[in-house]
Amino acid sequence: MTLAARALTVAKRLADVSVSLEPGRITAICGPNGAGKSTLLQCLAGLIEPDGGQVLLGGAPLPPGRERAQRIGYLPQVGEVAWDLSVAGLAALGRLPHGDRGEAQVAAALAAVDLAHLALRPVSTLSGGERARALLARVLAGEPGWILADEPLAALDLAHQLALLARLREAADRGAGVVLVLHDLALAMNHVDGVLVLDRGTLAADGTPAEALSEDAIARVWGLTARWLGEPGARALTAS
Amino acid sequence: MMIRPIPLFTLLLVLAIPLSLLAGRVWLDPWTTPNAAVILAQLRLPRALLALIVGAGLGAAGAAMQGYLRNPLADPGLFGIAPGAALGAVASFWFGYAASAWLLPVFALVGAGGAMALLALIAGRSAGIALFTLAGMMIASLAGALMSLAISLAPNAFAMSEIVTWLMGALTDRGWTEVRLAAPLTLAGIVLLRLAGPGLDALTLGEPAARSLGVSPARLQALLILGTGLTVGSGVAVAGIVGFVGLIVPHLVRPLTDRRPSALIVPSALAGALLVLVADCVCRVLPLVTELRLGIALSLVGAPFFLWLLLRMRREAWL
Repeated sequence: MTLAARALTVAKRLADVSVSLEPGRITAICGPNGAGKSTLLQCLAGLIEPDGGQVLLGGAPLPPGRERAQRIGYLPQVGEVAWDLSVAGLAALGRLPHGDRGEAQVAAALAAVDLAHLALRPVSTLSGGERARALLARVLAGEPGWILADEPLAALDLAHQLALLARLREAADRGAGVVLVLHDLALAMNHVDGVLVLDRGTLAADGTPAEALSEDAIARVWGLTARWLGEPGARALTAS
Repeated sequence: MMIRPIPLFTLLLVLAIPLSLLAGRVWLDPWTTPNAAVILAQLRLPRALLALIVGAGLGAAGAAMQGYLRNPLADPGLFGIAPGAALGAVASFWFGYAASAWLLPVFALVGAGGAMALLALIAGRSAGIALFTLAGMMIASLAGALMSLAISLAPNAFAMSEIVTWLMGALTDRGWTEVRLAAPLTLAGIVLLRLAGPGLDALTLGEPAARSLGVSPARLQALLILGTGLTVGSGVAVAGIVGFVGLIVPHLVRPLTDRRPSALIVPSALAGALLVLVADCVCRVLPLVTELRLGIALSLVGAPFFLWLLLRMRREAWL
């Protein structure tokens, strides 16, 4: 089911942004700090009411409350867990919109992120990588059609970044749409299917990673002289 | 093996309630004490029920508040509803209406209702937690200042003494009138707080994640204001200020649960009921010249507990 934004405007943060996202793909939202990436993601998740324009899911306005929550899973930038729940308890929070315990879905989500063996461990005892995967399991347990994650790879080392991306790729292969806010342009270039580039609240580029993150686009939006090195799928970026 | 808190506290209550009916400065023997049936029916039973009601309300409200603010140091007294109720009660003393069994609690409930309305008015539109907390603290501070003013301008020394004594919190000389008033309100409040449970669980992940899970911040806040208002407001109306129960009880119960805020509310109500029942029995049994006030007894236990909690949290932050 397509997730689309039509002429989204949020005062001082987004101006007339229109995008159309297809399920089964990973799309990255990139841009400099303050470009409006998190604002766009939160609008798509239905968490910010835009001042103008609208978000459409399958051609219809986003449904309210629990119905929306069943279809769109949102992973915030700050992975806060206020109480020291068990890993399984944390993942089970993803079932709240469905109003059930969803033991099978929770078990499947924990297995998908390789945390089934830590299900009873308190979250406070997890490493950073395990915690990031546990938070993703919470979203997966809700079995949403769309997974929207705000910088899910920040603060993870390269191995854990790749592991988390592999889980998101599996979700996309199962048919979910995945949208990520990413700062690391090389990760976006090598691991996603589409890229939206935002610049000061407007959509500067929308296309494949090679198109949207071309050296010209990086010079225009980030103001950097950049060069892509290496082969497609394993590219590195140098910039000055 | 994990101890299940609801059966545990239910069992402890089943044991404690009969003992509390017998305990007192004079221990009651149902077969030999003269007028035992009258003492039980008119004095000890309503007092025990009132202890259960007040404790259950404070325990549940404390658990819900800590879940809402995601802070183990939160106490329902911080949010202006208890001070608002106390201000209403103080007004009834000031204007000389406190002699009636009904008017004092009604004044207190009006005070609690006023605090709830003010809280909803200031914080309700944005439904933000920070604004809600600040609004509650402002109302608590204002109600406290007005109470001090009422005490300092009391029409006579007797009224001043009555106000100060009442504010210490006690279950002495309470009867079925207070039970009939507080029981339905507290029960309704606990039901509302329990209904807020799933929303509180979602808030474990922060406000944006909770909203993404379908939680309506405005509905959650309304449930919290009404639930806390009914439980704490009716508790203060019949027993005065009884502090620290809402702070201590969730801490004692939390390790027995899976730490979800929703899993804490009913066990905290049961444990709060048990704590206030036992504390009131201790107040009655202690061989002092005058009976120790319940509020003072709980504060004597609660303040060192609070200090211990702060020290432990500081130590954990350093580790």
